[in-house]
Amino acid sequence: MQSRPDPRQRDDRPRRGEQAIEHLLRRAGFGANPQEIDDYSDLGFTGAIRRLVDFEAVPDDVDSLIGRPGYVLITARGGFAPRTNITDARQRWLFRMIHTRRPLQEKMTLFWHNHFATAYSKINGAFGGEEATRYMAAKADEDPAKVTGQIELLRQHALGNFRDLLIAIAKDVAMLEWLDGRANIKGRPQENFARELMELFTMGVGTFAEADVYAGARVFTGWNLTRPGNAYYTFNYAAAQHDTTAKEFTFPIYPNGGKVIPARSADGGMQDGIDLINAVARHPETGPRLARKLYAFFVSELGAPDEGLVAELSNLYYQGDFEMKPVVERLLRSRQFNDPSNRYARYSSPAEFVARSIKEVGWAGFSVNDALTPMVNMGQQLYEPPDVNGWEWGRGWISSGTMLTRMNFASQLATNQKFNLRDIARGARQSPDALLTLMLDRLTAPAFARDSQEALLDYARAGGAWTGSDTQLATKAAGLAHLIVGSGDYQLV
Amino acid sequence: MPITRREFVRGGVAAFTVSFAAPAFLSDLARAQGSNRRNLVVLYLSGGNDALSTVVPYTDAQYYARRPTIAIPAAQVLQIGADRSGIPLGFHPRLTGLRSIFNSGRLALIQRTGYQNSSRSHFEGTDIWSTGDPRSPQGTGWLGRYLDTLPSPGPLTAWSTNREIPRTLLSRTVGVPSIPSAQGYAFASPNAGIGSEVQFARASATRISSHLPVDKPHLAFVNANARAAFSTLDVVAQVGTYASSVTYPNNGFAQALRTIAGAMVRGVGTKVFWVQTGGYDTHAAQNPNQANGSYTGLMTTLNDGLFAFYNDLLNQGLLGDTLVLQFSEFGRRIAENGSQGTDHGAASVMMLMGGSVRGGIYGTAPNLRSAPDNPTLENSGNDVRYETDFRSVYARVIDGWLGADSAAILGADFRAGAPAFL
Repeated sequence: MQSRPDPRQRDDRPRRGEQAIEHLLRRAGFGANPQEIDDYSDLGFTGAIRRLVDFEAVPDDVDSLIGRPGYVLITARGGFAPRTNITDARQRWLFRMIHTRRPLQEKMTLFWHNHFATAYSKINGAFGGEEATRYMAAKADEDPAKVTGQIELLRQHALGNFRDLLIAIAKDVAMLEWLDGRANIKGRPQENFARELMELFTMGVGTFAEADVYAGARVFTGWNLTRPGNAYYTFNYAAAQHDTTAKEFTFPIYPNGGKVIPARSADGGMQDGIDLINAVARHPETGPRLARKLYAFFVSELGAPDEGLVAELSNLYYQGDFEMKPVVERLLRSRQFNDPSNRYARYSSPAEFVARSIKEVGWAGFSVNDALTPMVNMGQQLYEPPDVNGWEWGRGWISSGTMLTRMNFASQLATNQKFNLRDIARGARQSPDALLTLMLDRLTAPAFARDSQEALLDYARAGGAWTGSDTQLATKAAGLAHLIVGSGDYQLV
Repeated sequence: MPITRREFVRGGVAAFTVSFAAPAFLSDLARAQGSNRRNLVVLYLSGGNDALSTVVPYTDAQYYARRPTIAIPAAQVLQIGADRSGIPLGFHPRLTGLRSIFNSGRLALIQRTGYQNSSRSHFEGTDIWSTGDPRSPQGTGWLGRYLDTLPSPGPLTAWSTNREIPRTLLSRTVGVPSIPSAQGYAFASPNAGIGSEVQFARASATRISSHLPVDKPHLAFVNANARAAFSTLDVVAQVGTYASSVTYPNNGFAQALRTIAGAMVRGVGTKVFWVQTGGYDTHAAQNPNQANGSYTGLMTTLNDGLFAFYNDLLNQGLLGDTLVLQFSEFGRRIAENGSQGTDHGAASVMMLMGGSVRGGIYGTAPNLRSAPDNPTLENSGNDVRYETDFRSVYARVIDGWLGADSAAILGADFRAGAPAFL
């Protein structure tokens, strides 16, 4: 990209629609490097949305790039083992966020990870680290027992059918441990999963009664685990552990308005859970709740969402029998998504911030492993949401402590990329102004306020006469990358 | 023994250890004194604490009948006497330090704290305890509203050792910093050692953070937090050099308490600290008796951290200026479930600790007999019903410790029925 003379005029972009594409890639992905911006710009805005949404048409080859030259590094400690080592699983996911050609799939996986908020630490406490990592992160085609970890399940269903995802989650090994469904048996019902299924996964707090939790717990009695050949756990419906009596709810379970799941034989009792999942997926509060959550995730966290759009999205959800792809596609095509006032109007999560800054500042020679501890201190460790409600998004990411951590991560990355930045900056060695223009452009920051621009320029000019030497370029390019990426403005996406 | 106003003033100014009955003029006096050195440490046990495993009614046969695998044997509890209804109680066996504080009269237990129609949701429950408003638990927190009453709050008037700012501290006008550890709280630069680059960078970043545009409240919010970091960096660096008088356990909770002690010793002027420790959502494998049971781990963390903190403050002469207020979002079901755990319940226990606390057992234990007409239980005899409204405890802290007006802050007068722990 060419530098332009006045950094204050950054809004005047050479390519039509480029800012809209950048916005799209920050929201529907994790930001974009300059090459990706060009590639997606070639598709046009609508074409870019189609590419993102129809990600099955793009090869899922990102994992094969790990360890290859030209990509961000991972740190292997005696062999890279993302299937059995949670640190490596975290590295792999961050690598995917940075280099995937299916950014929306990865973004939706993060959305569902927050939605079904399962923490590795509890699974680890039950099964040990190696098995717990499998249940969280293994891919079936790399696991000897074809175990599919929860995150892989979420990736498979990233834009799939929500009802099918709920059923898969109800049978997911990590979930059965996380919300204690594996211990839910006749006569001793375990309420945890049934409560959160209604409160957090679907309808929302205030839409059901305590009696529904008790009935729901009985519905899922027998949805437990088994351990074939003593090698790994897998879902098992234990008919003998199922409570076969009828269960009455305060909301309709069946399309005819019936609120009672009938008494069933133990062998047929698994249908109870399917009936309840169908009911909560169909519940009139579930569609709007998902729509609002997606709106906050993709469009804006400032103020309430446009209720007209919420209604439109939830209608699509119900009409499409819970298919998510039409809902998300409609959202990305909405006037609200593309409204310039909604650009840079979301607080980036640590995963978004870290992946975007690496994509924009540079990655050659940087290891994602070095981002893992900063992410903990920013408040988002992948595979470790703080509780079943997921992370506190929006303002919850921002505090003085986390801002300092973000600034210090920017410093760490800029330090690592100092010489790459110097090389990039050689095209702007004529003046501090040119250097600032180049850095602002590369880092897709919003237009800074006049005084903030001057503060950056004063920094670029400080410390002696401008010579444009390589040494000076390295210092000031890294210094500006630090200041821009660490600025309040850059935290907004 | 009735006390005179003069005696009270003397006690309030010195780091007093004698307990006083709370006189009616207490809040006026606290206000008059300005309570300059006093601080409040709010301790949140996240997940819903199973109070029946913390404070055990070890002579209640129903406790053992309804918890066949997870009840703590009577012989193992740490006896602390009986409550005013005559029910003998004992601490969890791992709470040896807390019992020692209890025995020295500086720990108050308030049994069965909660509110009408207790929420069983973690998130709604936490919001209710944070705002003090069960009907509409949104907006500012009860201590955030206290911060709003202060005439000239500084950047460290409140201090969250949690990375997120809890709703309890959410204020309309006062920014609250999150500083989990004073050591990591420093400004880095890619050009350290090169001329004055670090100072140039800090000056530039500070200037950028001072931009608080009215038309972009989200940017103003982020920048205000960055600015708060810059304005507290140097003072917090002083806290980071604190050498404690005791060794704290090496876990996040204890280290946060150590940071708080350091802030107190360095006199940074913080009035309200927030610290939390999690894992209390014990649906399974709670095993409070087992050394490797999750509840024993929780009690170990709680006891060892708090006891170190208590001794450190005692050694530093700061115990009289400190009040620790502990809560959790709800208690748990009386009967154990099928996985040796307990599901979400209602009333729980609150604890207060400090040199000015009038220690002892407040409130009465539930009668655990499952019967719909048992007045100490609710939910068809499945959960413990509240006896003391949690807001009356807040009211006593606001009036008697913080020297503010609890009725204004809580939106109603909850002073009646407040246990006299201060």
